[in-house]
Amino acid sequence: MNLFLETFIGGLLAGTMYSLVAIGFVLIYKASGVFNFAQGSILLFSGLTFVTLLEKGVPFAGALAITIVILVVGAVVIERTVLRPLANRSPMTLFMATLGLSYVVEGTAQGLMGAQVHALDLGIEDVPVFIGDVMISQFDLVAALTAVLLAAVLALLFNRTRIGVSLRAVADDTRAALSIGINLNRIWQIVWAVAGITGLVAGMLWGARQGIQFSLSLVVLKALPVLIIGGFTSIGGAIVGGLIVGAAETLAETYIGRFVGGGITPWFPYFLAIAFLYIRPAGLFGERALERV
Amino acid sequence: MSLVESILTQAASALAPLLDVRNIEVIYDGAILAVADVSLSVVPGEIVALLGANGAGKSTTLKAISGLVVADRALVSRGEVHFRGENVTGIAPNLLAARGIVHVLEGRHVFGHLTVEENLRAGAFLRRPSRHEIERDLEEIYAYFPRLKTKRKTQAGLTSGGEQQMLAIGRALLTRPELVLLDEPSMGLAPLIVEEIFAIVSELNRSKGTSFLVAEQNIALSLRHARRGYVLDSGRVAIEASAEDLLGRDDLQEIYLGVATAP
Repeated sequence: MNLFLETFIGGLLAGTMYSLVAIGFVLIYKASGVFNFAQGSILLFSGLTFVTLLEKGVPFAGALAITIVILVVGAVVIERTVLRPLANRSPMTLFMATLGLSYVVEGTAQGLMGAQVHALDLGIEDVPVFIGDVMISQFDLVAALTAVLLAAVLALLFNRTRIGVSLRAVADDTRAALSIGINLNRIWQIVWAVAGITGLVAGMLWGARQGIQFSLSLVVLKALPVLIIGGFTSIGGAIVGGLIVGAAETLAETYIGRFVGGGITPWFPYFLAIAFLYIRPAGLFGERALERV
Repeated sequence: MSLVESILTQAASALAPLLDVRNIEVIYDGAILAVADVSLSVVPGEIVALLGANGAGKSTTLKAISGLVVADRALVSRGEVHFRGENVTGIAPNLLAARGIVHVLEGRHVFGHLTVEENLRAGAFLRRPSRHEIERDLEEIYAYFPRLKTKRKTQAGLTSGGEQQMLAIGRALLTRPELVLLDEPSMGLAPLIVEEIFAIVSELNRSKGTSFLVAEQNIALSLRHARRGYVLDSGRVAIEASAEDLLGRDDLQEIYLGVATAP
């Protein structure tokens, strides 16, 4: 029983790391209906920028602030050069554009800052802590709290501010939003900037765990099952989806893995995602069209 | 300048159109001609009806005026739209909303996942009002549409068709427009609700002086509230006349059905 609890809780906590990545996708998907393939590269780019600044002797807070400024500028540039010229095109066109964008961002990041692996120390020691007799990782705990905090801040932003309401309005009906004077371009810039900052948070935590390196951009692939399970349009869904994926893959590895020779963590989430597609294609919290009957 | 002349100039400036559409042509996707040649005008404080059958070009004309054609990958390829004497052809819809033209789209297009009140608030954002101002403006809209007040916390997608139409109009009014482009407000609604909506539009027009350009299939009803009307046929203005004259004609149905052509 203890093993089960430990595995389960450890999985849940690790899952919040997936949630962090997935939230960035949800933001952009909501605002523009596009699966932003470049989110992984943005994660890599922001993590790499941050760690490079740290290595150059910039203090933590300064490096964070500079990286955020760069991400905001980047969002504006992307909106002007990629999104605006392609406005009103099909989602597939935009998806292809983000695919191209991911290579540009990745190339820029590695071209400017090198391709070697950087260690990132956030000052969170990865020591086990005990709650009762259940051992959990302190790092995972911090990551989980960060994810929850981020989600709470975003929820406040969406529900309590004018920008948030405008953003949800754009997500619901772009044309109607335009017709009442909402500046779509501005909204896109804000969303991409916020998604970039979410990527930075995720990049920092993932980077601290496995080093800042190229493979960071591949966490995109881990976010996909999370999004399918949680739904593409809900931040809460991204959190829950991450928890499910995290818990399911560690439990599966522990309990089923030995019968099939282990190593099932990489594919189990996809198996789960396919099961969800059968049962609930919109995901747990995805928005189905709201219709009055 | 003689007295007569000065009176005439004054009269002319009073009647200077708020909206002046000059010979516009609209093409979708670079190939499909939706509006061939439409000219129309709206003077301040007027309700004007834009009539015509399905596909006659009513919605496209409205979208050409509000700038929303762009969102449908269409283009005003010829002609000009003037608003308050300025050429506004091709200006982005959100900027036109700031200048005083607001478009209430066909099929209502409320923000379904937002509450009724959030929908209304979104209409006011354009003006960056203070909290106090926004509350006062909301109350004003609720006074015109009491049904909306009772549903203020309901998700807009869950309200009835009539309520959604009222919400779409209320939301548009919060941008403080001078001209409201109202596309097919009667679509899919019960006759009593349609009557109620048109009565409110007339009331808004009288009390606030807001001008309306209303595209409608319901000829009789819209002409009872409008002062003048245009009948579109295959992307052109077939008839332009006062509401009484149009109501008096018996060939409107034929033009609608494409049996007769306008003289």
